[in-house]
Amino acid sequence: MDLTLILFIVLAVVAILTALGMLASRSAIYAALFLVLNFATVAIFYLMLGAPFIAMAQVTVYAGAIMVLFLFVIMLLGAEKLPKGEVLPWQRPLAIGLAAVLLAEAGYLLFQRLHITAGLANPGAEVNAPEAIQAMALSLFNQYLLPFEVTSVLLLVAMVGVIVLTKKEKGES
Amino acid sequence: MLLEYTAIAAFIIVTAAIGFIAIGLGMLFGPKKSTDKKAMPYESGMNPIGPGTRRMPVHFYLIAVLFILFDIEVVFLLPYAIAFRQLGLFGLIEMLIFIVILLVGYFYAWKKGALEWE
Amino acid sequence: MTFALLIEWLIKGFVLVLVLLGGFAYLTLYERKALARIQVRIGPNRAGPWGILQPIADAIKLIFKEELIPAKADKLLFILAPVVTLVPALVITAVVPWGSEIMMFGRVITLYIADINVGVLYIMSVASIAVYGVVLAGWSSNNKYAMMGGLRSSAQMISYEMSLGLAFISAIMLAGSMRMLDIVEAQRTLWFVLLQPVGTAIFLIATLAEVNRPPFDMPEAEQELTAGYHVEYSGMKFALLFMAEYDKMIAISAIGATLFFGGFRGPFVDTYPWLGPIYMLLKLVILLFGMIWVRATFPRIRYDRLMAFGWKVMLPLSLAIVFITAAGILLAEQVNPLLIWTVPALSLLAGVFTIAMIDRELRRKEYARA
Repeated sequence: MDLTLILFIVLAVVAILTALGMLASRSAIYAALFLVLNFATVAIFYLMLGAPFIAMAQVTVYAGAIMVLFLFVIMLLGAEKLPKGEVLPWQRPLAIGLAAVLLAEAGYLLFQRLHITAGLANPGAEVNAPEAIQAMALSLFNQYLLPFEVTSVLLLVAMVGVIVLTKKEKGES
Repeated sequence: MLLEYTAIAAFIIVTAAIGFIAIGLGMLFGPKKSTDKKAMPYESGMNPIGPGTRRMPVHFYLIAVLFILFDIEVVFLLPYAIAFRQLGLFGLIEMLIFIVILLVGYFYAWKKGALEWE
Repeated sequence: MTFALLIEWLIKGFVLVLVLLGGFAYLTLYERKALARIQVRIGPNRAGPWGILQPIADAIKLIFKEELIPAKADKLLFILAPVVTLVPALVITAVVPWGSEIMMFGRVITLYIADINVGVLYIMSVASIAVYGVVLAGWSSNNKYAMMGGLRSSAQMISYEMSLGLAFISAIMLAGSMRMLDIVEAQRTLWFVLLQPVGTAIFLIATLAEVNRPPFDMPEAEQELTAGYHVEYSGMKFALLFMAEYDKMIAISAIGATLFFGGFRGPFVDTYPWLGPIYMLLKLVILLFGMIWVRATFPRIRYDRLMAFGWKVMLPLSLAIVFITAAGILLAEQVNPLLIWTVPALSLLAGVFTIAMIDRELRRKEYARA
């Protein structure tokens, strides 16, 4: 057992616990905060895989922007305390069923790849070189040009959508 | 492991420890004579009216969504900023297209009065 | 990773935290003294000669204050919020280089906590986390002023964060790297404030909004919101929130000094590396004086105007600046190195145009009102 593996196991447990905490929490604010912790652990996973840019972007965009929006929405609805009973009665069995399917799928993949004995990713100092980020940037803007440009259309749709939803038309009361 | 990030983790632990020690000091030495009057929410000396937390205006939600979109744009501009010398004119036009598509939404928001704060 | 290295990190982190705490204490004194002088007063002068013991007296007083927790507050979050506010304010300085490296105790000690290739992105992500402390402090207090202040604060912070990020990008473009040491190194001959004066101005304005300093301190306005999100805090918890605010000022000034004012570079710093922190300190004192001076001079901006300024002026201007910088550098690289001066020239033009537009708009509104 090397240090990286121990760290990975500890973080994996934290990630699962925060996810469960988010599901079990009766206060929407606490649920959102558990999700922030979960995002932070995922960011550390990215770091361990040698992807510092993605790790930092994860913190900036997910923890720093999207979760702030979640907090705002919770406060907007005044829904800090969740109701006791079930709102959607069919939701729980459906969720359990889908979770079982996902687990089975993950297990199948895991057993299929079991014979590959490659160790954990153990990035060295080369990940921290400025050239590494530059190489990532070059492939983003050359090889993945189309997805990048399409992203802007996606962002545009989101922007128009939120304005249509929240702004009243002139004359409409 | 990435040594530099471990150093940052050590730093985070030190700062959090300082924060908790400071709070602990305050709890240890401060007097504790709480009364009902003291525990009331502060409203400039008046008796508080209504609940403390209430539903907030929808405009904050709008601002938060717009912020996410432009934040993602900034995150995309960061790798561009270190690679644009190699990408040359091609990269500049590429980035301009990206921004112009976003600016269409921005001007729509402006014209719809979404940036106005009533 | 060796044990000695771990000890070195912890000691370095501890020293930096102590420096920031001391910096906070004396920044409050500096501010009070400077404000007093501007208003033709004397300022604190009783505790010790020239009042230099005043911060220590304040700290002792705050430790022995009673700490109130409102009855209906969310106790856990109420206690955690000051720590959640303080940690990002201090941790953001981890990538700021205070110097290159010095020899001490037979070891080479680097004068920064971490040297990472995504340094500027790290600063942005920590800055975006800083919103939580404010929101949680406001929400957990169960007080309508605190809630309103917290919401306003966070909305203002996220609105100016984009301009701040775009100002960072103009500096990254000039340096060609996100690593803080590379950015400092790129300013060996010329500070970026000369190449990108408007970008620097955007950075300085956005930082004022980011740390809720006057004239952008509407969320904390005493008259309207009775101090905003920290209205229910007292004693050490209040001290932590206060400390976070002043340490944010120090941190953001240090980042500004690194990105636009040559960082720890100055004459002879290559021969005597210990001059680095001294130059940083000098630049910090000057930048912080600017913040205090602004507080003493400008009245508060109304909240709707503050948000409109962020979204309608700062955001388009900073986007234009980014593209001017990119185009200017490409011109300089591919045609003639002297063309790099198109960057400041066009940026200043854009800045002047923006000011003219604001002026026109304000005059139009004035005319419509009359």
